[in-house]
Amino acid sequence: MTQFLSLLLNGISLGALYALIALGFVIIFKASEVVSFTHGSLLLLGAYSIARLSETIGFLPAVLVGIAITALAAFLVERLIINRLRGAPVISLAIVTIGVDIILLTELVRRIGSDILNVPHPWGGGSVRIGDVGISQNRLIAMIVAAILIALFFAAFKYSNWGVAMRASAEDGETAALMGIRQGRVSALAWVVAGVLAAVAALFLVGSPTPGVTPAAYAVGLRAFPAAILGGLDSTGGALVGGLLIGIAEALAAGYQDQLLFLGRGFSAVVPFIVMIAVLLFRPSGLFGTKELTRV
Amino acid sequence: MLSIDALHVTYGGAVQAVRGVSMEVPDGKVVAVLGSNGAGKTTLLRTISGTLRLHRGRVESGSIRFGGTDLGSRDPAQAVRMGMVQVPEGRRIFGRLTVEENLRAGGMGNADKSAKARAQDRVYEMFPVLKERRSQRGALLSGGEQQMLAIGRALMASPKLLLLDEPSLGLAPRVIGQIGEVIAEINRQGTSVLLVEQNATMALGVADLAYVLDVGEVSLSGNARELAQTDEVQRLYLGHAAEADHPHDRTRAASGKKLSRWTA
Repeated sequence: MTQFLSLLLNGISLGALYALIALGFVIIFKASEVVSFTHGSLLLLGAYSIARLSETIGFLPAVLVGIAITALAAFLVERLIINRLRGAPVISLAIVTIGVDIILLTELVRRIGSDILNVPHPWGGGSVRIGDVGISQNRLIAMIVAAILIALFFAAFKYSNWGVAMRASAEDGETAALMGIRQGRVSALAWVVAGVLAAVAALFLVGSPTPGVTPAAYAVGLRAFPAAILGGLDSTGGALVGGLLIGIAEALAAGYQDQLLFLGRGFSAVVPFIVMIAVLLFRPSGLFGTKELTRV
Repeated sequence: MLSIDALHVTYGGAVQAVRGVSMEVPDGKVVAVLGSNGAGKTTLLRTISGTLRLHRGRVESGSIRFGGTDLGSRDPAQAVRMGMVQVPEGRRIFGRLTVEENLRAGGMGNADKSAKARAQDRVYEMFPVLKERRSQRGALLSGGEQQMLAIGRALMASPKLLLLDEPSLGLAPRVIGQIGEVIAEINRQGTSVLLVEQNATMALGVADLAYVLDVGEVSLSGNARELAQTDEVQRLYLGHAAEADHPHDRTRAASGKKLSRWTA
């Protein structure tokens, strides 16, 4: 039981980070009608920038600048590429983002090379115990920060002008434009927010219990993708639920891998995709997705 | 206020939707544009509001001037900032947003905060039902209420010129009458209106001036009341002559030889 609770807590904290990334997917999809595959490399860019910069300017400034760099990169992808291709088929746009992702990833991998990059988290690699249940300090702080950011995000999405403009143009882009809502601006802001969320997730994903900044952080971005899909690609609430579901499933599969040994080692890495496929078999639009996504 | 001169618009470089249309919307007036399906009414509005490009349309020649400035090529947001707002055909309210959020979305192009607050008061005063239902989702409103919301949403931008695309579409006759009164009231409060309609009775009742579009060209124009008396408008749009000829068989009248374009 203790082990289960511990795995559950760790799963929730991992899931909260997935939810941050998945929220980025979802708002980009809503605002730009693009399924963005750039998230893996954006995540790595965030982790890399924070790790590199903290060698010279210290942890906290590095975090802030690293988040800014990631947001800027996302902004530039939107302005220089996506915005110019407005109206292109969804598939073409998705493939364009795969191309951007490959370029960015190749450059980051080259820069990381054989270096061992670490983000010097001031909270270190220790763990805390809540009753009998243990969790790494990093993951505990991650959970708190993610919860605050997700709450802020949902509040902004519901109450701010940006949120109203965003939901209006996601529902009916042409009419939103007729009301004077500048879709380009809404879309650019969505990418910036997605960049910020990815960088914050990266900050925690490369800390304990995960070892340092390696290109493996890229794969984490890919695992957040099933989170967005199974929640329903156009539902922010779905991204949150999907992220948590994937995180918990992955943590449980990793924790009980001795019992699951017949499936082979490292099975937990594929669990997110299995959960996604299982959900999609029964609910093709995801848990909370709009049934029909084509707009008339 | 709005003046259109020899406007030619094509889609995909081939389909000529508007062919040499010239039109004036004088300050403080209601101008009606009548025409059947495919006459170019919606294209005309798209050109004015700047959404033509979204439909792969292009202005081949001619000009549109608003308050003396040439509109040339600009985006819809600029048109809203200049003071022209369009209520789209079929209402197109944001069904998943609440009534209040719909109005907020309508005010996005209005930079002046106090003007926005005044506009909201005015909308709630004009349509009390929207105030009652302000926290309900737009999709839950009835057709007539949705049309009120669509008009109210456009008014949130404090427009100088309101463009209405078939506001009577799909509404009950009694509601159409109310829409006519609303248009007259908006105009009384100082907003010019360009009203595109198939319902000629309502449109000519509320308009000062009217144009009849026929396959992309202006076929008739003039004072709305005088136009309503002309034979062609009576026959084509008010249905009087048709009813007199065939009081028991309107469908036969509608498919009669003179009305062939309706059946195309």
